[in-house]
Formats: sequence, C-alpha cells, structure tokens
Amino acid sequence: MSNELNLDYSLLTPEFCLGGLAALILALDLFAPRFRKEWLPYLTAAGLVAILVLSLGWVNKESDFAGLIFIDNYTTFFRVFFIASTAVVALASAHYVQARLSNPGEYYALLVLSTIGAIYMAASRELLTAYISLELLSFCLYVLVSFSTSDRRSHEGGLKYMLLGAFASALLLYGISFIYGSSGSTFYDEIAAAYAGGTDGFELGLLMGLVLVLAGLGFKVAAVPFHMWTPDAYEGAPLPITAYLSATSKAAGFALLLRLFSGAFMPVRDDWQWMIAALAAITMVVGNLVALQQSNIKRLLAYSSIGQVGYMLMALAALSSASASALLLHLSGYVITNLAAFICIIAWYNLTDKEEIRGFRGMAERAPLLAAVLAAALFSLSGMPLFAGFFTKFILFQAVASEGFLWLAVIAVTMSFVSIYYYLMVIKEMYISEPEEPGRLQVPVLLSGLAVALVAGVFYVGIYPRHLLEVAEEATKLLFA
Amino acid sequence: MQTGYILLATIAVPLLTALALTVIPSRYPNAIRVLAVATGFVLFGLSLYAFFAYQLSSGDQFQFELRWTWIENIGFLGENGITLHLGIDGIGAPMVLLTGIVAFTGTIISWKIDYRNKDYFVLFFVLVAGVFGVFASLDLFFWFFFYELAVLPMYLLIGVWGSSSVFPTFARTKEYSAMKLMLYLVGASVFIFVGIFAVFVEAGIGTFDLPTLYEVEFDENFQKIVFPLFLIGCGVLAGLWPFHTWSPDGHVAAPTAVSMLHAGVLMKLGAFGIIRLGMQLLPEGADFWMPALITLGTVNVVYGAISAMAQTDLKYMIGYSSVSHMGYVLVGLATLNPIGVNGAVLQMFSHGVMTALLFAMVGALYDQAHTRDMSVFGGLAQKMPRFVAFFSIAGLASLGLPGLSGFVAEFNVFVGTFQTYPALGALGILGAAITAVYILRMLSQAFFGPANERWADLKEMSHLEQAAGALLIAFIVFMGVFPSPFVDRIADSVLRIPGVG
Repeated sequence: MSNELNLDYSLLTPEFCLGGLAALILALDLFAPRFRKEWLPYLTAAGLVAILVLSLGWVNKESDFAGLIFIDNYTTFFRVFFIASTAVVALASAHYVQARLSNPGEYYALLVLSTIGAIYMAASRELLTAYISLELLSFCLYVLVSFSTSDRRSHEGGLKYMLLGAFASALLLYGISFIYGSSGSTFYDEIAAAYAGGTDGFELGLLMGLVLVLAGLGFKVAAVPFHMWTPDAYEGAPLPITAYLSATSKAAGFALLLRLFSGAFMPVRDDWQWMIAALAAITMVVGNLVALQQSNIKRLLAYSSIGQVGYMLMALAALSSASASALLLHLSGYVITNLAAFICIIAWYNLTDKEEIRGFRGMAERAPLLAAVLAAALFSLSGMPLFAGFFTKFILFQAVASEGFLWLAVIAVTMSFVSIYYYLMVIKEMYISEPEEPGRLQVPVLLSGLAVALVAGVFYVGIYPRHLLEVAEEATKLLFA
Repeated sequence: MQTGYILLATIAVPLLTALALTVIPSRYPNAIRVLAVATGFVLFGLSLYAFFAYQLSSGDQFQFELRWTWIENIGFLGENGITLHLGIDGIGAPMVLLTGIVAFTGTIISWKIDYRNKDYFVLFFVLVAGVFGVFASLDLFFWFFFYELAVLPMYLLIGVWGSSSVFPTFARTKEYSAMKLMLYLVGASVFIFVGIFAVFVEAGIGTFDLPTLYEVEFDENFQKIVFPLFLIGCGVLAGLWPFHTWSPDGHVAAPTAVSMLHAGVLMKLGAFGIIRLGMQLLPEGADFWMPALITLGTVNVVYGAISAMAQTDLKYMIGYSSVSHMGYVLVGLATLNPIGVNGAVLQMFSHGVMTALLFAMVGALYDQAHTRDMSVFGGLAQKMPRFVAFFSIAGLASLGLPGLSGFVAEFNVFVGTFQTYPALGALGILGAAITAVYILRMLSQAFFGPANERWADLKEMSHLEQAAGALLIAFIVFMGVFPSPFVDRIADSVLRIPGVG
C-alpha cells in the first residue's frame, strides 16, 4: 500500500449531490409546510436526472479514492444505471405514495440515499467499504419495505427481510474475516496478489471465507437456498419498492459480486467456480419451478426474479470478460423490462386495487396500453424475440457455454422454457378472460408515458443491442486488465 | 434484378405494417382491413418476384444475398459474429413463394374478423414476418430469432380469436390448445438452442454465419450427438411423430387464417430447419440418424392417415391429414437421395397450398354452420356448388390425383423411397390409399348425396373467400401440370446438400 493516498474528494461529487438531494427532500418535507408534497417525486426525479448528467463527466476517466473506491467506466456505468432506475421508481411512486403512504419526504429521501449505497457497492475495491455500502443500501430498504403502516404484510415482510438480512451481514463479515486472515488484506488487488502467490497453509481459511462471503451475498441477491425472504418482502413492500428491490438492489448485488470475484478471487478460480455453478443451477430450477404455482403477481415476479438471478450467477461461474459484459447486458435488459412490468402493475393497482393474477382479467379491454406493455415485458422476461430478453439471454447463455459450462446453459434454456408457462398464464388473464367489470380505465399520462418509454427501451435492446453491448464491454474491460 | 432488399422487404413490410396498425385507431376497422390486405398483396408480389427472378444457372449457392453486420468483434463474437445475412437457395425460393401466397390469402380470409381486428392483424403480421425471416436467414442467430418470432404471437392468436371443440366425452378448449402448442414449440426450441450453442462452441470461429459454418468440418461423433437436437427441435414443428399432438389441437383451435399459415407454412419451417441446420450443417450426423427419421416419418404417414380416418370433426380430419402429409416430407428428406429430397421439398410447397385451401374452406363452412361435425352435413353441393368444388379439388390434391400438385410431390417421394428403403415405400403407399379412403368418404358424406333440410339456408361462400380459394387452386394446378419451375429450382440446390446423392 503506497503512502500517498489520493484523497481527491471531487471524484465523489455525484454521491455528495445525492446526499444533498436527500437532505433537501427531508428539509422541504420538515420545514416547508407550504411546499406541496405531491411535487416531491418530480423534484426527486429532476434532481436525479441532473446528477445522472453530471456523472457522465467521468466517462473514460480512471481514478481511485484512497484505493477504496474506484471511479472507472464500470462505476460510471452503474452510476448511470442506478440513478436512472431510481428516477424511474421515484416517478412511478408518485400516485401510489400520495394515495397510500404517509411521510413521503422520508420515502423519497431513503430512496435517494439507498442509491449511494448501490453505487459504492459497484465502485468499492475494498471489502469493508463494500460491506458498508451494502449495509447502507440494505438499511434503507428495510425501512422502505415496511413503509406501509396500514398493511400488516408490509411489517411482516420488513421484519423478515431485516432479520435475515442481519444474519446474512453477519455471515458476510465473518467470511471477510477469513479472507483477511488468509490473504492479509482487505483490498481486492492485494488479496488477488496474495492468492496468486499460493495459499499454502490457508486453504481451509480461504474456503471458509469464500463459502461465507457467497452465502452472505447470496442472501442479498436472493440466490437459492438463501432466498426465503424474497417472496414475503416482495409481497409486503409497497409496489414501487418491490420494483426497486427487483431492479436496483439485485443489480447492486451483482455489481459487487462481479467486481469482487474478478478483482480479488480470480487466482483461486478453481475453488469457487463449482460453488457458484451449483448455486446458479439450484437457483434457476427452484425459482422457475416455484413460480409456476403463484397466484399473486408480486410473488410471481419474486420467484421469476430468483430464476433470473440464477441466469446471472451462471455468468459469474463462467467468469471471463465476455461473460462479464454479457452479464451487464442481461442485467440492463432485465431491469428495463422489470421496471416496465412493474409500472403497469402499479398503474393497474392504483386504479383497481388488485394484485392477484386473477384480478388482471380483461386488462386488455379496460386498459389496452397497460396490457400490451405488460405482455411485452413478460414475453421479454421469458426470452421471446423482438424484446430485450431474447437477445440478452442468447448472448449470456452463449457466453456461458463458450466458457465450457454447456451443462449450465442447457439448464438455463430448459428453465427459460418452463418460465413461458407462468408468464403466459398472466397474459391469458389479461387477454382471454372476460373483464370483471366493464369500462375503460383512464391511466395517468405519467405512468403510461413511463411505460411506453421503457417498452421502447425493451425493443431497442431486443433489436439492436450493439451499443449497449459495447458500453458493457467498455465498462468491464478494466476488471480483467 | 436480384437484390437482397427483396428478402429484407418481405420481413420489414409485415413488421412495419404491424407497427403502423398499432397507431390506427380501432374505430376504423375497415381501414385496418384494407391496409392488411394491401400488405398481403405486396408480400405476394414480392415473393412471386423472388421466386421467378431466382436464376437457375447462376452457380451461386445462395441468391438475393444481403449482409448487414449486427454485432462483431466483441466478447465471444469474432469477425461477422452476428450478421443479418439473408439469401435463398432453390429450396428457400419456393418456400418464400408459399409464404407469400398463404399470407395474402390469409389476410383476405381474415377480412371477416370483427373482434379487435387491429390486435389480430398486428399479431398476424408478426407471425408472417417471422416465417419469411426463417426462410431467408443465413445466420444461425437470426434464423433462431425469426423462428421464435413466428411462435411468439401464436398463444394470443389462438387464445383470443380461436374456437374450442366439444366432443361427446371431452372438450378441447382454445386455451388448452394454445398452451399446448406454445409449450411444444418453445420446448422444441430448447433443443435447437442447445444445438446452436454446441455448434458455435465446437466451430470456435466466433461467427453464427451459416455459409461460413457450412465450411467447417465437424467431428463425426460431435455430429452424431448434435444432429438429433436439431432433428427433434425442428421435427416437433414439422409434426414428427410422437411429438405431433400439438398440431391437430392447435390447428383446429386456431382462427382460419392462422390455421392456414400454421399448417401451411409453419410446419414447413420445421422441415426447412432439418435441411438448413441438420443436413447442411451436420451431414455425417444426418447420414447416421436418417434410418430413424425414415421410420418415424413412415409412422407419421400411416398413423396420421389412420387417425384422420377416425375423426368426425372436419377440421380435426384435416389436422391429422397434415400430420400424415408432413410424414412424406420427413420420409423424403430421410432418403438422402436426390429424387426423394426433391419430392420432400415439392411436398412442402404442395401441402402448404392445399392444406391452406382446406382450412380456408372449413373455416368458410364453420362460420355459417357453426359446426364441423361431418356426420350432420349432407348434400351441400346443391346449396354451395363452388364451395364444394373448391373443397373437392383440395381433397383430390391431398390424395394425390395426377394433374394436381400432390401427385408430383408424392410420386418423387415414393420413387426416392423405393430406391433406398423399398419396404417403407410400400407402407407410404398404404398411407396414400388410406388418405383416398377418408377424403372420398368425407366428400360423399358431407357434400354429396341427399340434401339435409337443416342446412337449407346456407349460402355460397363470399366473393373474397372465392378469390382466395381460386388463387390457391391456381397454384395447385400450376404445380400439378407444370412442375418444372419448381423442380428446376429445387433440384440444383438439393444436389448441393452434402451427403445427398
């Protein structure tokens, strides 16, 4: 470790701005009683977009903050990614929060704060920094999941999520201590250097460390068998937070995993590849099979997202620069698609109070735009062409197969086939079943606009993903330098 | 003039029409119909052009080529990683023509659709674009892309606009049939997907370009392992026994024009895939597995025909006759003999046109009578002479009457089979005999004989239906009396398939 630390605080400007935005939101909520609360989501989104533009200033720059936080294309990619998805969630929350939740100021402030945690999970190259970022994200989410004071499921989900999350954090910390013990450092590059020189005498410590770190992070990204909290937290959380859980929090977990495993553990690849491959296989199978019998759309998407986690873990098992960029591509496609799906579900729930799949009957008659966008999103998740899912899955699975994990790719394709069934059951309710009540519903322009914009993104990634893939390639190039 | 933009247009025009339809307000159903039929007509024109401008002695394996780089030199993709590479050979040309004919007649037949006809046509044109794409793609990625694209709209097309069948002891709802069809076809694509992975990794040159991959000599054992993946994956779509059961259910439940496209064209995608992906890519694997295919194909022929004989529902009878007729295609391919493979491709075209006609006619009858039970009809010839004439021509083509397309195709298949597997050839002829039995029985029972009072107020089919039927008949007769434009195109390309001869 060199003695001269680079303490250039300007590198962290976007996150300072995010913190400032959160403080501003809280202050407005507290001290400006005449400020109209329904403007908060728009203020949040506007602030986020401004910070997003600001963070583009670090494209193709490479620097680090005290060796802890790296600002490179990978970080910039995830900065843009997380800020954009938070902005979408903030806008999608507008009507929901106004009608159903109290304390909107805290809601939006927590949302913005959690984004900082997510960004530093992607940016940190030191185990404890990564851990603290993870906790920042998690604590915001614990509160947000239990934000709905009138809904007991929200309390249940929040409590479960917090208890299991705390347990996972303990595992992770314990694992970090083993890694530190066997390598003598918590910096990724020094860990890698230590392991590259052999692990003589510390084989067991390394293994324990890997197992515990994987278990702890497995909880966070909801890999089977550490997924038990997911369906309850998804079901209990306010709908926009469910969307946020499935998008940002998942992506942040993978951003951390990818940086960690490519940065620190590449030299001991043989020790963990099989673990992650096994996790991936179980996660895909369980997530998709259990999704088959869900009747609530949130639980269905919870299990379907577990299935998706399985696909993404596969890329981690077959870690190479090709599969890392494929993972980023798939992650982006998945988040855009999932947000599009959730926007429709939120809009439908706002209008009808229904979140059971049976309650979607006749959506095609009553809100054709929502039905079309939701159908497109579900087809995309199942991997049908024209939509993002087909291309990103194709690239991801092929990347995995090219790294010698053909058997994993076979499981993935098979499970992807299973998933078509439960997505079609939703589509069946929307398009084939008769509506329960007649009459067109008036969807607010904000939500239909968001839905259309996101579905346009789904088509763009699905038809011409070249640019996104190139960006993903640029972002991951340095991980393997 | 030959340009790949013709093929591109066959894919882009339906997709753009689908896009344009989404912005037309649904309160103008007639505008939607006119746009749909106009698009169908344009597609028909484009496909006719592609077929007749195909040059017989050009020396190139593929014509109308177009190559747009999609993604290359990134990740695991090398030079020409994924390219939108279009082109047709003498096998693709008649298939493109077939798609054009059936898509055009399908849009005409769909004029009658009232319920949400905008959504219907959007999905219909996505289906059409997918089918054209498969026949024109020379890139493994896009081949698969369009293959899945053709499957994508099926669930809604059948589920929303289809019809359920009720029998004395059981029922087949449209939801059931739609789901069954989707699961079979997507399940089949799992095999193709895995096959594509394996081929890409084994070739190790970082490209999905088919002509480039054709140059690669794959290890013999690899070929033997991977070929069955393509054979089963594509075979399911071609109605290969014992994976055929989605097809009668799906075709019966689908709305008329979708049945026409599905039985007429989509099943051909399967057979086409066996040629493009299986035989051309992995010739030694094909050589190894063909005895299995010819056996299963013969079961298709005989079993399909016997099943068709047992049906009381007109549309189910046609559905099973498709299974039987697709058997000839599979048998013909499995001979690996120029005449047999020729016959198979001819049969693909011939069956496509005649089965589209049969489904169109059944649809025309069902829309008026609201039943398809053969036993309740009788003497329809007096009320609907043109309808019966059209139906009879399709039926006679189906049983292989000389002068109609079925004869030319089946004759080639039989000759090919007798040269290679005489015993199975005899069984194939048995299948043709059974076909004659059920077709003639159906004609005599339902259409001729004494008039049934119950159907006194049935009217002749509409002018639109007559026009569509006449167009299909024109091609049945054209191929029956003057097959050489087809044979010339096909024969040359068949000889280029490695291992045939």
